[in-house]
Amino acid sequence: MRQGEFFGLLGPNGAGKTTLINIIAGLARADAGSVSVMGADVVHAYRRARRLLGVVPQELVFDPFFTVRETLRIQSGYFGLRANDAWIDEVMHHLDLAAKADANMRSLSGGMKRRVLVAQALVHKPPVIVLDEPTAGVDVELRQGLWQFVTRLNRDGHTIVLTTHYLEEAEEHCGRIAMLKAGRIVALDSTKNLLASFAGPHPADLEDVFLRIMKRH
Amino acid sequence: MAGFLTLLYKELLRFWKVAFQTVAGPVLSALLYLVIFAQALGAQARVFDGVPYTAFLVPGLVMMSVLQNAFANSSSSLIQSKITGNLVFVLVTPISHFEFFAAYVLASVARGLVVGAGVLAVTIWFVELRVAAPLWALAFALLGAALLGVFGLLAGIWAEKFDQIAAFQNFLVLPLTMLSGVFYSIHSLPPLWQQVSHFNPFFYMIDGFRYGFFGQSDFPPAASFAVVAVSFVLLAAAVLRLLQTGYKLRS
Repeated sequence: MRQGEFFGLLGPNGAGKTTLINIIAGLARADAGSVSVMGADVVHAYRRARRLLGVVPQELVFDPFFTVRETLRIQSGYFGLRANDAWIDEVMHHLDLAAKADANMRSLSGGMKRRVLVAQALVHKPPVIVLDEPTAGVDVELRQGLWQFVTRLNRDGHTIVLTTHYLEEAEEHCGRIAMLKAGRIVALDSTKNLLASFAGPHPADLEDVFLRIMKRH
Repeated sequence: MAGFLTLLYKELLRFWKVAFQTVAGPVLSALLYLVIFAQALGAQARVFDGVPYTAFLVPGLVMMSVLQNAFANSSSSLIQSKITGNLVFVLVTPISHFEFFAAYVLASVARGLVVGAGVLAVTIWFVELRVAAPLWALAFALLGAALLGVFGLLAGIWAEKFDQIAAFQNFLVLPLTMLSGVFYSIHSLPPLWQQVSHFNPFFYMIDGFRYGFFGQSDFPPAASFAVVAVSFVLLAAAVLRLLQTGYKLRS
């Protein structure tokens, strides 16, 4: 994955997308090989690697003891940022969370909890952002708001790594795509090239490309 | 350092937000023990020379509460975070395994001491209590709470379900505290059971803490402190190693 790009990681369930993300984030250990985030090895230089990385987990997890603002302040504190309210307010504003700042996490809807997960991944302004199926079970409004925000972050220089089962989202946003099957990369190219290489009399969409690549391997 | 302080603050806030359950509940339990045991055994029980049974009981109950709550804090916090999945918020940060360990253990010590102080505050009205060696009492309370905080961390790391934590609590922590001399002096036991009590690490913590109040104990306080300190060092080394390797926390 190259610095500054919007990278898509696609594959069927069980292909290893989340395992790969967990290895990058230090939540799982690789059996072999090594991973670096902007030159920082995720095992040997884990402190630097984790400061450079923001991960939005796939599971809708939250801490029921705290409000939205407390959750974001605590997450900032974990990264050593103590007076981070200006950025927290900005992130909440962009994710339409400001009205819920003092609401307990338990009281939020699933979509709102997903927004907080995104906000938590961004509190330390990481240059690399990993979104593991960020729009699963999320309404249209949030999806649009989220993509606007993430696209803006990418334009500002943040590297975005996305996994999703909504292939039209990947087609729209990702400059390059890797397709995984059973833990192996079976395709890796720019979205444009992938679409062009499978175009027949009619232009192919990413879903056609995906299905044909998966069938081939 | 800031990451460690935030994790410590979060752990303190977690139990303080539900203080009714985590502080008031244990204080009430200890008060009930005092009332019932003092009423039932107060007249017959013989403990230290010149020390009434009710007075003997109070430091035991205080220390029992310190130990049980220190264990409950780290074990329940960690298992809840594991099961609900929100532990990931800590695991993706630059916080080191040592900072993680220190934050959980210190929060356990804090909860243990807060509950212990609460028990002392409500039971002290029933007895005349002197404090012969306050530094010994404080030293045993701190080290005992730290030891149980580490033990709670071990249970939280190992367990995968709430009932496994309950098993630790019901089959290890509770019997070992009950049989440690909270309610009796081990000198009142038959010789065999006196010997058995010496294999119970909780005995040294309760007995040492009680020395801080009465200046007398079943076992020399310095020797008791050494037993507790060695137990702490060994258990802490094991738990730090587990955290470093990510055992059951990172796949």
